[in-house]
Amino acid sequence: MVELLIYLAATLTGLAFLLALFRFLKGPSTADRVIAFDVLTIIGITAIALLALLEGRGIYLDVALVYALLSFLGVIVIARYLERGL
Amino acid sequence: MASLLALIGGVLLVAGAAFLLLGGLGLVRMPDVFNRIQAGTKATTLGTLLSLAGIACLQPAWALKLLLIGLFILFTNPLSSHVLARAAHRSNAAKSPLTAVDRLAEDRRGEQA
Repeated sequence: MVELLIYLAATLTGLAFLLALFRFLKGPSTADRVIAFDVLTIIGITAIALLALLEGRGIYLDVALVYALLSFLGVIVIARYLERGL
Repeated sequence: MASLLALIGGVLLVAGAAFLLLGGLGLVRMPDVFNRIQAGTKATTLGTLLSLAGIACLQPAWALKLLLIGLFILFTNPLSSHVLARAAHRSNAAKSPLTAVDRLAEDRRGEQA
């Protein structure tokens, strides 16, 4: 039962990833792509945590933590660039 | 008792994933940049937090690290969406015809006049 719920959650997360990826590829403006990238990283963090749960390896959570930190900085830098150049 | 906790964790996990899916759907369906920021960031923040809470219920030993990730997302996500919205407004991102009110632009024009 719980196993089934976990796989259902993984499927829904994958669908969300595909929808955000569609927006990332289609655009139309740079700001749209940056927003889609931000959402993709958040979904990616959840996906990494789900992978840690499915594999039963707590060490993967460290990967999720570092990914959250670095992707946040990336989004901030791109937004500053959009605003007035680096 | 342990199986009840696991069941709660599974339900939280599915609810969080459903919110992630709704956020992705909003990202595709919404008409302009600002609506997409709204749909994308809020829904995915709640979805991620619910998913992390579900995983914490399923693996109680990881709760501290998951709490750390959740707190970090809670701090950084509103910040990044705010910075994105400001950048989009200042770089004159295209607004949909349905977006009727823009108080910030009205204020700016008022200052110049």
